Amino acid sequence: MKYLKLQKVKVKIAMLNVTNLNVGYGSFQALFNIDIDVNAGEAVAVIGPNGAGKTTLMRAISGLMPVKSGTINMEGTDVTKTPAHDIVKLGIAHVPEHRRLFPRMSVEDNLRMGSYAPQFRANYHKRLDFVYSLFPRMQERRNQLAGTMSGGEQQMCAIGRALMSDPKILLMDEPSAGLAPVIVQQVFDLINKIKSEGLTVLIVEQNVKQVLKVVDRAYIIEAGSLKMGGTSSELLGSSEVQKAYLGM
Amino acid sequence: MAEFLDSLFSIFFIETLMNGLLLGGILALLSVGLNLIFGVIDVVWICYAEIIMVGMYLIFYLNNDLGVHIIPSMIAGILFSGLVGWLTHKIVIARLIDAAPINQLIATGGLLFFFQGAAMIVFGIEFRNMGVSLGSLAVSEDIYLSWTRLISFAISGLIVVALYLFLSRSYLGAAIRAISQDKEIMSLMGVDTKKLYLLTSAIGGALAGLGGCLLVLQYDVHPFIGLSFGPITFIICVMGGLGNMVGGFIAAFIFSELITIGGYFAEIEWGYVLAFVFFIIMMFIRPEGLFARKS
Repeated sequence: MKYLKLQKVKVKIAMLNVTNLNVGYGSFQALFNIDIDVNAGEAVAVIGPNGAGKTTLMRAISGLMPVKSGTINMEGTDVTKTPAHDIVKLGIAHVPEHRRLFPRMSVEDNLRMGSYAPQFRANYHKRLDFVYSLFPRMQERRNQLAGTMSGGEQQMCAIGRALMSDPKILLMDEPSAGLAPVIVQQVFDLINKIKSEGLTVLIVEQNVKQVLKVVDRAYIIEAGSLKMGGTSSELLGSSEVQKAYLGM
Repeated sequence: MAEFLDSLFSIFFIETLMNGLLLGGILALLSVGLNLIFGVIDVVWICYAEIIMVGMYLIFYLNNDLGVHIIPSMIAGILFSGLVGWLTHKIVIARLIDAAPINQLIATGGLLFFFQGAAMIVFGIEFRNMGVSLGSLAVSEDIYLSWTRLISFAISGLIVVALYLFLSRSYLGAAIRAISQDKEIMSLMGVDTKKLYLLTSAIGGALAGLGGCLLVLQYDVHPFIGLSFGPITFIICVMGGLGNMVGGFIAAFIFSELITIGGYFAEIEWGYVLAFVFFIIMMFIRPEGLFARKS
């Protein structure tokens, strides 16, 4: 007798799935029909000029901004209307634009806030050890007020704070903005390091040349609409991208 | 001059300083609650002392009219004030949270008159005294300190220390400090900011109730008792740098010493004059408060 062998079909469902997203405030619309996928283990970048709506996209995903229409799915769960304070509990951590640390609190207190939600507290010490092993500098500075550190150190602290909740996907909004060139290189090394830990990353950047070296794929957003998307090598090879973003 | 020096080194002057210290303890407790609310929610509760008054009335009513023991009466007073604080935020402040500061001020100012009026309707305008006397402690032959004041001071100190430990050590305390620095980011940390504001308001209200417990032992209760403490509490907070708890704590003692020392050399009213003149001058020199953070 022949048995029908059920083959496990590997259906690739994206970890984070943004479909037909429209976001705006009042009469101003910031994003038009955006479609973005991020698969588990991938690093994906969203690039585009200033004011293109990249930050708005990040804020919409993490619930800081209401969505007009469209859906955001995280591992099959519709999170379009989930408030920000519940989004983080689903494994989405957001490193915001301008870092946004608590400046008058110590580095360790900042990190502690990253594991504030009750389900994260049990793992606080484990996560703290992990963040300190990733950024030994943070351990040296653990009692320093976050606002008194250099920009690069603050960026480490902001990323560390987001990692405290053991996220499945890390959203990073312009991690290299406002940093000295040497530090920018360090930040990208850092992103590489996080990626090699197996974490899924969605990153918004203006530093196109650097970010395309780190990520697997990228989307280009201009004036609120998706312009193009592809693997890093595709985009690096595209004459349009070279002209508009790489100055070639 | 000799007379002045005599009075300066007199035993009564030492007693005055000690009384100032004891008064400072209570003022510190009162300012801590107002400071907490301002620091976290960025709203000044003009009606803060009226919540103290409400707590005092409840304690007085339970103890005096219903014959409930003083300790459960006080616990009820603290819990009820906490509830009043919670409701103040839920009903009034939450709706004005993004409004202009002046609107928030006017709204809490309106609450001040609401509480005063309500107290007048319910309890009348008579001055009511608990009639509690615990006697005094003879520190030396000439120095007597009232036990009520000593106990109040000790309790104030304990509460302030407990609050400090709560804010510096616990998760919730850290969140309360953090939310005052960046509200939006706290929601990314998994914190429901609306709930945290309500909780802070309830804690602030409960601290007002605690202040009421200590004041009801020393002062008559009447609908306008809030006016005796509200402006002082507010000014202490401003002097310490609004929202700066440690600054407010120190300012409370500076203020209370000025009041009692002024009262020692002239009448007690002159003590207030001295303290408020100091405040006005200070506003010219350091308008951001004595202990404001450098931003």
